[in-house]
Amino acid sequence: MSGEPDGPEDRVRRFATIWSRAVFPVTATSLTRPEFEQQLVPLARRLRAALHERVFDAAEGQAIGAALVGTHCTDPEALSRTLDCVDAYLVLYCGDEGPQEELRARSARLQHALAAGFAAALQERTLAEQEAISRAALNARSAVAEALHASEARFRAVFHGAAIGISIADLTGTVLEVNDALVRMFGGLENQVRGGNVAEWTHPDDSPHVWKLYEELVRGEREHYRVEKAFYRPDGTVLWTNLTVSLLRDADGVPQYQLALMEDTTERRLLNLRLRYEATHDALTGLPNRTLFFERLEKALAAGDGARFGLCYLDLDGFKTVNDSLGHAAGDRLLVEVADRLQSCATAPGEMVARLGGDEFVALTTGSDTEAEVDDLAGRIMHALSTPIRVEGRELTVRGSIGIVEGPAGERGAAEVLRSADITMYRAKSAGGNRFELADPEADARAITRHGLTTALPAALERGEFFIEYQPLVHLGDGSVRGAEALVRWLHPQHGVIGPDRFIPLAEHTGLIVPLGRWVLEESVRQARTWEARHKDAGPLRVNVNLSPMQLTHPNLVSDTVEILERSGLEPGALCLEVTESALIGADDDLLKPLRRLSEMGVDIALDDFGTGYSNLANLRRLPVSVLKLDRSFTQGMQHFPADPVDLKIVEGIVGLAHSLDLAVTVEGVETGAQADQLRELGCDTAQGWYYARPGPPDQLHELALADATS
Amino acid sequence: MERPAWAPQGIDITMPSVSRIYDYYLGGSHNFEVDRDAARRAMEFMPGLPKIMQANRAFMRRAVRFAVDEGITQFLDIGSGIPTFGNVHEIAQQADPDARVAYVDHDAVAVAHGRAVLDGNEKAVAVSGDLRKPLDILGSSEVNGLLDLDRPVALLLVAVLHFVEDAYDPYTAVAELRDALAPGSVIVLTHASYEGMPIPAEQAGQTVGVYKDIRNPLIMRSRDEIARFFEGYDMVEPGLVPMPRWRPDTAPEEEDPYTFSGFAGVGRRA
Repeated sequence: MSGEPDGPEDRVRRFATIWSRAVFPVTATSLTRPEFEQQLVPLARRLRAALHERVFDAAEGQAIGAALVGTHCTDPEALSRTLDCVDAYLVLYCGDEGPQEELRARSARLQHALAAGFAAALQERTLAEQEAISRAALNARSAVAEALHASEARFRAVFHGAAIGISIADLTGTVLEVNDALVRMFGGLENQVRGGNVAEWTHPDDSPHVWKLYEELVRGEREHYRVEKAFYRPDGTVLWTNLTVSLLRDADGVPQYQLALMEDTTERRLLNLRLRYEATHDALTGLPNRTLFFERLEKALAAGDGARFGLCYLDLDGFKTVNDSLGHAAGDRLLVEVADRLQSCATAPGEMVARLGGDEFVALTTGSDTEAEVDDLAGRIMHALSTPIRVEGRELTVRGSIGIVEGPAGERGAAEVLRSADITMYRAKSAGGNRFELADPEADARAITRHGLTTALPAALERGEFFIEYQPLVHLGDGSVRGAEALVRWLHPQHGVIGPDRFIPLAEHTGLIVPLGRWVLEESVRQARTWEARHKDAGPLRVNVNLSPMQLTHPNLVSDTVEILERSGLEPGALCLEVTESALIGADDDLLKPLRRLSEMGVDIALDDFGTGYSNLANLRRLPVSVLKLDRSFTQGMQHFPADPVDLKIVEGIVGLAHSLDLAVTVEGVETGAQADQLRELGCDTAQGWYYARPGPPDQLHELALADATS
Repeated sequence: MERPAWAPQGIDITMPSVSRIYDYYLGGSHNFEVDRDAARRAMEFMPGLPKIMQANRAFMRRAVRFAVDEGITQFLDIGSGIPTFGNVHEIAQQADPDARVAYVDHDAVAVAHGRAVLDGNEKAVAVSGDLRKPLDILGSSEVNGLLDLDRPVALLLVAVLHFVEDAYDPYTAVAELRDALAPGSVIVLTHASYEGMPIPAEQAGQTVGVYKDIRNPLIMRSRDEIARFFEGYDMVEPGLVPMPRWRPDTAPEEEDPYTFSGFAGVGRRA
């Protein structure tokens, strides 16, 4: 399109080049200068045309000024440079050979029009852009407002739809907002919650720190706290919650509101209480159980200065018999009735009754004067049990043994106290039951719990911790040793030597008596055989061995005895089995059959502890016994001179009866020479007791017998 | 508490906006007095600021044309600001009428204006988004509705990264964008720097202070630091250079000295 050199078009282009060089530095265009120049070329052509138009048209000048704005020459400097350029070069490059003066005048007018057009276009463009940006700002704002609205709607939905209760209060405690869940928690009436004051929401179960935390929060000293708190509903029922309160601050950090989130824990709490109740109470009787009792006892024992406690440990006498004879259902009903009665005995504050298990109960009293109170409590319990209990149409007489422990708090642990009470209760039971005993620290120190011994028994037998002592049996007529009673002892690794009264009942209870009794029999028979071998000159030495009730009913009694005798080679006549009178009371033929068999073999059977039971004397002839052993209670009255005449008469009568039935009489507990003389006169055959010798090792008997032989 | 993603930012037109200040530098009137005031204060220390902006636009124009020549017809312009004239869609659609352009800015007013300008153009959208959360941009339905990210895209990060402080981890943000683009894609980037400034750094620091005052800190980075934004991409010739030196149409020597501030470059994913 470039015209001929120095032709009109070429000159227009040269003008445009000059123009673009002048203006380009002040434009904001992203075009290159040559590109920009190309945009100016058409404008330069129009300027040339306007210069030569027959009738001058100012509008064309204005249009060119506006077009300049269209090329993004918006800087006023661009106009200034354009006008300079037009003024200096338009006529020169585009004026051709026209009248110079006319052309100059036209150029000047063109500049005026161009400036006016530029200004008008720039003003229009500025206004349009201002309007555009304002509208954009408005649109953006309304978009944000809409989004905020949607956001608030979402928050409202969260607020009202939340499952947890939410409330917002100001710092004076006035409740400003509550959500639906919170209203429901409080019973469903919004106006009873909103507008109220948080400070009125007190409950007696509030711990003091709840309100301390609240005060700290509203003072701005605390950001949040979390507590378990109860509220009253308008209807008076109680709402339990997990409550979280947070402080809301404004943008500058100034405290503004308090936000409470609460979770209804009423149901869960009830469930927990029920679970706790079940975990701490006995299902059968409803009494507190061992767990709760221990908690309370530990609390009582941890109490401060001057606090004391008293504990009654009750075990029913003969409860096993009720269970065995009437069944467990009856036993359970009996326990329930006993529990009710015990409960009525301990109604004062600081008193409680609990069931430890089985037929064992405890009653606890606390305070400062338990020394008197605990005796009183034990008395009330004994009294409460004294009325027979009616179970399944039967009147059952219930008796109990109580061990009492009383003392100051802070000295002993719960387990130790309970152990002491247990030992003491056992002492009461050993003393015949139906009584209470007070704990004795010395007795405790020596005491070994039944439990401890019972569990140690089997191992003790395996480890050979048992040994036998022999107490000589002396012929009253000539004072010669005729034999000995085998008495089993337990050499306990911790407690030393323990007598049979302490462990035989336990062995009997657990069934260990059978192997233990068999061991004693074996050992005693072996010993008797040794005596026999070493002591041919001194005449036969007999050995007496005790049989417990359980051994008596054991099916292998006869065969075991026969085997032991045969193996040792001891004559059956050198063995005497002692059976207690009480074990044979009411004995039927089945029970007596083994004894008869043994008797027929030549083994002597002695009736031990004779006179302590209420045996039918007429029954004596039916029993396969050959010896009566008089209980030591008969000989006690003869220890001193003169002897009790009644005792004398009784013993005389018994000896007469025995002899008439062809029974020999042995007396126990002979401790003085006077006794020995008396008993000899009364016709007793054999005696044993400290007067002659205490129980001792087997060699002792050997020596005594030897002394007899040589005397 | 952090503001939930769906809660909108407020609009405060009493605070200057870098988009509107940019428009002012380019001779536009899409701005308010607060913006002009801030712009004038910044120019007190760096009178050549408008020339730098103009050079940015000129570079962008060359780069977009380069991309179209490379066969790329999709453009993602993040930090697009207020499109006065000479915008990506004008350049690209002039070169290829099928070119598609998504403009992204976190300035709600800029986005609203962009929507008004683009009304009726089905191949260009203005989207609200934040360079600091690139996955939100890439996942936006508006961007995905227009661009096919499985095909090459020209990602424009022109004069925007120097507004992202290190605390917002711009390198990770750009890495996420780089990794999301298909092979053949390019990144078009310019960044402010003290390097190449025709004035002492202390003086330029005064301008930086103005941006700090308006809570839009201007982060000057070194050439090496800027080069790291292209990690994993091959630099297109002539590499990372002052704006007038990137594939110039006219002699760079003719350009204003201020336009040599900062760096420009294009990287391509192999």
